[in-house]
Amino acid sequence: MTPGIRRTGIEKTMKMVLMISALASVLIVLLIFLFTAKEAMPAFREIGIGKMLSDTTWRPGNNQFGILAMIAGSGLVTLGAVFIGVPLALGTAVFLSEIAPLWVAKIVRPSIELLAGIPSVVYGLFGMVVIVPWVRMIPAPGNTGYGLLSASIVLAVMVLPTIANISEFAVRSVPRGYKEGSMALGATKWETISRVIIPAAKPGIISAVVLGLGRALGETIAMIMVIGNSVILPTPVTSNPLSIFLSRARTLTGNIAVEISYATGVHESALFATGVILFILIMLVNSSARFLMRKGARS
Amino acid sequence: MSKLETEVTRMKAEDYCLFYGNFRALNNISIEIPTNRITAFIGPSGCGKSTLLRSFNRMNDLIPGVTTTGTVYLDGRNVAQEDVVELRKNVGMVFQRPNPFPKSIFDNVAYGPRLHGTRNRSDLAVLVEKSLKRAALWEEVKDDLHKSGMSLSGGQQQRLCIARAIAVEPEVILMDEPASALDPVATLRIEELMNELKKNYTIAIVTHNMQQAGRVSDYTAFLLTDENRAGNLIEFGPTKQIFTTPSDSRTEDYISGRFG
Repeated sequence: MTPGIRRTGIEKTMKMVLMISALASVLIVLLIFLFTAKEAMPAFREIGIGKMLSDTTWRPGNNQFGILAMIAGSGLVTLGAVFIGVPLALGTAVFLSEIAPLWVAKIVRPSIELLAGIPSVVYGLFGMVVIVPWVRMIPAPGNTGYGLLSASIVLAVMVLPTIANISEFAVRSVPRGYKEGSMALGATKWETISRVIIPAAKPGIISAVVLGLGRALGETIAMIMVIGNSVILPTPVTSNPLSIFLSRARTLTGNIAVEISYATGVHESALFATGVILFILIMLVNSSARFLMRKGARS
Repeated sequence: MSKLETEVTRMKAEDYCLFYGNFRALNNISIEIPTNRITAFIGPSGCGKSTLLRSFNRMNDLIPGVTTTGTVYLDGRNVAQEDVVELRKNVGMVFQRPNPFPKSIFDNVAYGPRLHGTRNRSDLAVLVEKSLKRAALWEEVKDDLHKSGMSLSGGQQQRLCIARAIAVEPEVILMDEPASALDPVATLRIEELMNELKKNYTIAIVTHNMQQAGRVSDYTAFLLTDENRAGNLIEFGPTKQIFTTPSDSRTEDYISGRFG
């Protein structure tokens, strides 16, 4: 073989190898979806996807597999986390990029990155010993501290790094000219931030929040540890509608993790079906984030 | 030929020095900006002409580590003791790169007035129209006021920025190489506009383009760095005099294109 032919051969092989590595992740996503969906098929066939999504009763011993209560649990805890976490994250992002002196930013930014690296089971422990006892102090009938409020607080801290990081990047990417233009017109720093910088960074901030949503929906172990895990449709415990957050609940993810170790037959398949629904939900959330980001980049 | 002695001084720098940390960027500058005239700051890159311009509305305050000595005056008042918001309302600025906000044309022009308390929609509409007319942009955009300011051409964007600066009714407009990012036709329109604007405003312009300084300005200041890279004011006088009979040989060398 001449060296020329050998080199073209290597060239071609390497191209293939690199392409296969790149395609591997696509393939893995597909495989995960296919195999989960395959295991979920018996449940979808026997119970029906409509019945699963609309029924609030989950009683595997009774052959009742409605996951609406868990959808509500996941939805509410995510909503709560967004309400608490987004202002905190946005404040952090604006503070770091516009206000903090360099040395302060140098301390705060790594701490936030550290927050992202803490294992979620540790968040769960923290929630159990700190947040739950706090929440328990709210006087309400049947309030044990375990429930949606505690879970929302824990989750808010967990999604903070995601939202803060991406929002900070969005705020930082606002051209300096906007800021100078605003200041030169006699705007104060805060007026400039609220009227020019945040509006200009809005597409990035929205996609940061949506990515945070995706993360929140997928969180499992920390939620199991603080949310109470009762399969009930959350309802307000007092006359105040906000007291719904003192209710116990169970998330879609928690449901799978708690029961999969002993489930068999249709029960097991129903848990896989829950996984498929969760998968689709998160995929929708993430692709909408991507869409928003692209739309923002274009305008 | 115009004479400085007969002019009314609008702004003034006196023994003004500016430091970035320990580095002296401006050295002992004393200059007067006459009312309703166009004053050009020329000089090679890095001579401090933009820094000097930004001293008049205290934009250098935004840069960490900047300290100054000496005094800058607006109408005889020390600007360092003025409320910076009030100062910048009186001394507007147009930047090198057109920087309209990602908002509608209307909201761009209304931005300043809203900040300073004009909320009434019809008052704002009157002000926006007046400002856009003064900036010679009204005819081109009057039917598209809701469109994004970013959708305009570069020259139109720069006139929008001029309208935005005018809308807060300043006394002085500072222009930092306002045409350097524009094509020759758009540049000409900006220059014509400046001639129109000087009837109502006092204008100071930084330019690296000597023909431009010669065409538009009434007075010219030539700045140059010394051996320590600090910017010094070499010569200041009526533009005609600076361009025809400069008293300093360095001015002559620069004007005639021997360096810079």
